[in-house]
Amino acid sequence: MAIEDDVLVIGGGLAGMTAALAAAAAGSSVRVVSKAESSLGHASGLLDVLGRIDGELVSDPYRAIARVDTDHPYAMLGTDRVRQAMDWFDGILGDAYTGDSHTNALVPTIAGTVTPTARYPRTMAAGLASDDRSTLLVDIDRMPAVDAPLAAARLEAAGVPFSVRGASITMPGLATDITRSHFARLVDRNETIADEPIRDQLAAAIASVHDGEARIGFPAVLGLEQPAVVIDYLSAALDADVFELPTDPPSVPGERLTRLLEAALDDAGVRMTAGVPIVDVNAADGRVRDVRGTHANTSVPYRADQYILATGGLVGGGVVADRSTVHEPLFGCHVSQPADRADWYADTPAGPHAFPRFGVHTDHEMRPLEADGMPTFVNLRAAGAVIGGADFPAQHAGSGISIATGWHAGRRAAEAIDR
Amino acid sequence: MPVHTDVLVIGGGSTGCGLARDLARRGVDVVLLERGHLTQGTTGRMHGLLHSGARYADTDPESARACIAENRILKRIAAHCIEPTGGLFVSLPDDDPSYVEEKRDACAACGIPTTVLTGAEARERAPYLTPAAEAAIAVPDAAIDPFRLCVANALDAIDHGARIEPHTEVVSIRREGGAVTGVAARQARGPGDRGRAPTYSQGPVRGDLVQYRADIVVNATGAWAGQLAAMAGLELNVRPSKGAMTVMNVRQVDTVVNRCRPKGDADIIVPHETTAILGTTDEEVMDPDAFDEQPAAVDRLIDELAALVPILAQARSIRSFWGVRPLYEPPARRTTDPTDISRAAHLIDHGHRDGLDGFLSIVGGKFTTYRQMAEETADLVCEQLSVDATCDTAEAALPGSEDPERLDDGMDRFGLRSPVARRSQQRLGDRTQAVLDGKAVNPAVCTCEGVTRAEVRDAIASCGADLNAVRIRTRATMGTCQGAFCAFAVGNDLHPAHDETTATAALDELLDERWKGERHALWGQHLAQAMLGYAIRGATYDWYGDDEPDWTAFAGGATDGD
Repeated sequence: MAIEDDVLVIGGGLAGMTAALAAAAAGSSVRVVSKAESSLGHASGLLDVLGRIDGELVSDPYRAIARVDTDHPYAMLGTDRVRQAMDWFDGILGDAYTGDSHTNALVPTIAGTVTPTARYPRTMAAGLASDDRSTLLVDIDRMPAVDAPLAAARLEAAGVPFSVRGASITMPGLATDITRSHFARLVDRNETIADEPIRDQLAAAIASVHDGEARIGFPAVLGLEQPAVVIDYLSAALDADVFELPTDPPSVPGERLTRLLEAALDDAGVRMTAGVPIVDVNAADGRVRDVRGTHANTSVPYRADQYILATGGLVGGGVVADRSTVHEPLFGCHVSQPADRADWYADTPAGPHAFPRFGVHTDHEMRPLEADGMPTFVNLRAAGAVIGGADFPAQHAGSGISIATGWHAGRRAAEAIDR
Repeated sequence: MPVHTDVLVIGGGSTGCGLARDLARRGVDVVLLERGHLTQGTTGRMHGLLHSGARYADTDPESARACIAENRILKRIAAHCIEPTGGLFVSLPDDDPSYVEEKRDACAACGIPTTVLTGAEARERAPYLTPAAEAAIAVPDAAIDPFRLCVANALDAIDHGARIEPHTEVVSIRREGGAVTGVAARQARGPGDRGRAPTYSQGPVRGDLVQYRADIVVNATGAWAGQLAAMAGLELNVRPSKGAMTVMNVRQVDTVVNRCRPKGDADIIVPHETTAILGTTDEEVMDPDAFDEQPAAVDRLIDELAALVPILAQARSIRSFWGVRPLYEPPARRTTDPTDISRAAHLIDHGHRDGLDGFLSIVGGKFTTYRQMAEETADLVCEQLSVDATCDTAEAALPGSEDPERLDDGMDRFGLRSPVARRSQQRLGDRTQAVLDGKAVNPAVCTCEGVTRAEVRDAIASCGADLNAVRIRTRATMGTCQGAFCAFAVGNDLHPAHDETTATAALDELLDERWKGERHALWGQHLAQAMLGYAIRGATYDWYGDDEPDWTAFAGGATDGD
């Protein structure tokens, strides 16, 4: 007997979780099956909608949607749906995130750059580059890959409207190198290291380099569970507004967002099955009948009325390539590509490359389309990075695409259920 | 003010660095000029094979004898650059079985020790070898790190008074009467004042045209030797030939594997550090700086070598690169197929050949025989300068290999996790303690290759703000992630010794160089890695944005800070 649901979402990333929440909100019984832990931990935790178009920084993401290419997922959705999806998603985020719907913010990063985004964790709110208050950036010598003095120098060279200085601190309790996630867990538990609670030791170490700056930026490692409490504590101890800087992976804000969404799915009654890759599809008469996952060498069938493909893009494995072709490996949906591999990339790392745009193309119902323009299956919809047509890193649009396509695909799937 | 020296060596590859070392150790005043970083030409674009000579034993016995002699010497003087992997010549059902005996006999005639193995015995040494393997010849091939070797030669040359000037490109050759008397060279500014690196020139200001005067100028520019000779108004028949190589992210073999057939492309796999390198192709090019890098060559390497080691068909490639062989043949021989051009070295005295004194060219030859080529050249230089000094480069160990016992010392005192310690020690040899000791805080900045901050900073101290030069010294960013997770961390270590502008430009140079090879591996697992790296640089960092925004227009959700 197969496990039966109204809607089966394949993939547990941002798009899959969003689609599941949207379908559940519309009254469907929903299951999310994912092959592994969410890849959201690779992401910065920023929720961008559209930060650049044709290389140009855009202030209002919604106004800029009119300028995307015709095969872009936003072109398929239209501006209003993207806005509705983001407004709806704000309700899920609650007060963990902030930002303004119509105005991007520029958030300083550990690399000493500023990156555009529509929504950002509240822990980053005091750090915005539009704010002219004096700023101190701090790193820990035991944590590789962050150099606050260099980041500060880069921000200064970029012409930010505030004075900025960087300093490195040593924490006596850290005797060896420490990863970001390990540090965040120590902060969560406020563990005692070298006879002192870590939050006190951190505050003291920062105080030793603090010279009256109005705000203090720190890599985003200030706890997985209650970063707001940690930030309030440090801000009070240091008499300055403490904020976080987004990082490359492993990303603590990405992990926090994963936890937030998992809690929302739990509240919405969505069933989650992780660690089960879907490997086989049974279809007939243009409909997906059931799919099979594999777990501990056992084949597990799942059946639903409607299916949502949210397996990710090239990073997540929802789109794969061999040396000559690009394909969607699960349902075999059509993926268009330049014929010659030499045309998949540009010769400089900045691009423009063809490969970030690899993915399926959909109709207005979010159903993947074959080369002849017909849906691959009438009850299969796609969401997130498995959909092609967008260079999301260059456009700073990855989160918005996942949220908007997930929301739309989830709602449409719920509406399509044959009762 | 011109820079005066006895000998100017042009070219910072293996031959040039070996020659600078040889001359310096004989007490000759020498300056080496290299237009890029050391090894940037052919030396840094090879598969890292230390030949036993077996490859050439039947077709080019002279080269084969030179290879086995140098193979033995380098295993003594450059132990920290060499992994004695051994090698196999493997015969498949398609190959002529009598060639195995032919190869064995030819090796014996050249003094190359061999053992003939059955297919099953060969698979014990290389378990992923195809079960179809019928026989194999074991030979003393080895894996060598050409970067480390070149840098060790340069370091020893500096220790003996030489000047090594990278990023210094010759723009003209000075002729007076019937002799070459020097060159004019431009010292590239690049990111930062690279010349300030303490081991290099303390002399002229970077970016200037600098005049060098010397009694003898040696053209050791390999594939570029024809271009340099042309600056002196001479014709030199260098026939550059490109060869493709593909890097796999793990070692499918722990011994060198060659196909046992008379000649052919795509017939060798070399285990190299954490990777395996597949080689190669052989195709003549007009210009060693401008040639096509075609995906078809990569496909061919993988497809053909999968016949030897089948799992290569499913394995992950992390990059491909092309090197340009400095093939040379005397005029009028006109060999059409570059694989048929002899790999023998040619030392040309242009005084003798062209009536232009004070100018020598060393062309052709093999990486494996670089030291012998340097010795032969240095002998002629010394004869012309009436310097009475003998060569000791075959006996004197290179820095890093001088004290083999120190290699065995424990690494616990450096506080490094053991794989990092082991890898560090393999790279640094007897310099390990000097580089790592006393560094209380020393995080691993490149975890794929186990490179610590101390090793990166040691490299920066010797080569300045050039992250590609740091890369070849340390292997940082050369592992599976190809810099996606570590390039920024490695680049951070330039600061504060170098300013932000310099550090940022040097990081971009490194990212550009990494992409040059990585773009040839955009399928399978590595496409996912490349996409993630692109997403980090783009989505997370907005690294490629260079506009100065109207800051106040980007205040989405800003509070007033109260």
